[in-house]
Amino acid sequence: MAKWIKKGLVFSPENITNRPDWMDSFAQAPNVILFENYIRVYFCCRPKPDENRQFVSYCAYVDLDRKDPTCVVGLAQKPVLDLGGLGLFDQFGTYPVSMARDGDDIIACYGGWTRCESVPFNVSLGMARSKDGGIHFEKYGKGPVLGHTPDEPFVVTSPKLRKFGDTWFLYYTAGRKWFLHEGRAEIVYKLRMATSRDGINWKRESRDIIPDKLGIDEAQACPDVLFHNHAYHMFYCYREATDFRHNKDRTYKIGYARSADGFNWIRGDEKAGIHASKTGWDSEMVAYPTVFALNEKIYMLYLGNEVGKDGFGLAELEGDL
Amino acid sequence: MKFEKLGKIFDPADYKLTDGCTGFAKSPQAIPLEHSVRIYFTSQRKTENGKWISCPQFVEFSKDFKTVLRLSEQPVIRQGDLGMFDEHGIFPFHVVRTGEKFRAYTSGWSRRNAVSVDMAIGLADSNDNGVTFERVGFGGPIVSASLNEPCMVCDGFVRNYNGLFYMWYIFGTAWKKYSDANHPERIYKIAQATSDDGVNWHRNGTPVICDVFEDECQALPTIIRTGDRYHMVFCYRKAYDFRTNPANGYRLGYAFSDDLLHWTRDDNRLVLSGTQSEWDSDMQCYPNLFECDGKIYLLYNGNEFGKHGFGLARLTEV
Repeated sequence: MAKWIKKGLVFSPENITNRPDWMDSFAQAPNVILFENYIRVYFCCRPKPDENRQFVSYCAYVDLDRKDPTCVVGLAQKPVLDLGGLGLFDQFGTYPVSMARDGDDIIACYGGWTRCESVPFNVSLGMARSKDGGIHFEKYGKGPVLGHTPDEPFVVTSPKLRKFGDTWFLYYTAGRKWFLHEGRAEIVYKLRMATSRDGINWKRESRDIIPDKLGIDEAQACPDVLFHNHAYHMFYCYREATDFRHNKDRTYKIGYARSADGFNWIRGDEKAGIHASKTGWDSEMVAYPTVFALNEKIYMLYLGNEVGKDGFGLAELEGDL
Repeated sequence: MKFEKLGKIFDPADYKLTDGCTGFAKSPQAIPLEHSVRIYFTSQRKTENGKWISCPQFVEFSKDFKTVLRLSEQPVIRQGDLGMFDEHGIFPFHVVRTGEKFRAYTSGWSRRNAVSVDMAIGLADSNDNGVTFERVGFGGPIVSASLNEPCMVCDGFVRNYNGLFYMWYIFGTAWKKYSDANHPERIYKIAQATSDDGVNWHRNGTPVICDVFEDECQALPTIIRTGDRYHMVFCYRKAYDFRTNPANGYRLGYAFSDDLLHWTRDDNRLVLSGTQSEWDSDMQCYPNLFECDGKIYLLYNGNEFGKHGFGLARLTEV
């Protein structure tokens, strides 16, 4: 059984003095690209909200020391992705994001945010490519690469882009229903996956890839997959549909599923091995995990309270997967 | 194509509509039946915030279009759920009949904040000969915004020719703010998709009808075949000041194709003749071509986007 040794909070914009306006707070959806001299962690951050208390979200990166991943050695100087134009799917945010190497390039899959009238937002997945080592990404086009379908009707988001063999794998989240609770629109979403040869045309599996544990209204997000020891390991997060923002019993927890082929998964949350702390920045929740191997070790980056408002932290695996 | 106008045949003010609708009969679309012609259209009702929701209806006419035999008496399709692409109405409602099977390609509307709306095309099937329809899957769209068709995908018109399904539809190329307008206006173009099953569509993000002026908006393509030629009628307008200024409002356009790949636009070839009439004097829009008992007809809306109903014209010369 996995057991994670927490190494503490690694990065929060709020700990940086003289930070740019567009990186005022939040460090959400961390994911890792390894460079020769550092670990680059892409994440999503926000400027201060507008007069209607609404946020936009930008993608950025922070570079960590390969020998000591709790040590910051570099930071993005501007957003790596531009927001979309008027009326486009990504006008109001690029969150979450997942990067992967493609030859000499780095490609990005990101959730583009639009604002709606009856519900607060909708999300589709866009893609972009960097030819300058991951500092700036050019979008493939003005529209989304994965939009909405009959059984993934809205909020297609939370991508994790991976390449196993010759095939691109995209693990993501798709909305199932919106409902009103105490006057507020709340959403239920489920884990999904798609595969592709070229990284542009995707074949969706069109099924929920793990069973529900908390009933049909369980919300599942951020399916991150690592191939290690001849098996596929998925870490994700899940929560109740209502009263989840600060209620420790109902908010995000990190779950685990295992697969022999990357398609068929056996859920076993008791093997996840990481929980909210008693006090501190991750005392309410642990969420949006990403897992990577480095220096013969397995690490996890994850979010704490208020889904990353205070940044992300690091944990190191004790034992093996 | 030369048509003889037969006048306005349906005014929604004369009938009781479903879904609490009080006016409009937009985008009439005909399905000829054995002893009648059913015409689906969308009507509108106002919601609490003063905005409109479009709801599909139908009316059945005798085959001489002189007698109304029946109207829809219950919602043809229920309103879209919270957060769905069609939550704020369906317009147009395009029905295809294959034998006993009735299938609807819906254009769903959902409201946005920075711009007024976005659209996508959904699919709904009927088990009662087209009286009511149920959405497929969890109710999401089958054709929506994509890489090169970034917004406002709607107005699907589907036909099967030579064993292949074709869809003509529109997609948005941009939202644009004009200096004399305080809200963004939309620009959209006609495109064409193909499919083996009528459900999964191949698109390429390329308009098929050339523009005749800058920022032209093209909408509601409808196609009919005569011999080896395919005819398309559609409507087009300026992108701004088009609601009340007849010079910028919708009029009908025409294009033809002999290979279903290349379309030649020639609006002058479309002639609607007849006496001058008031109901379609300022605007002609939302056309629908159909064949009934060997004759070809054109349904269309007139002034104010169909607020006062729709009219009919009959083909006199191809």
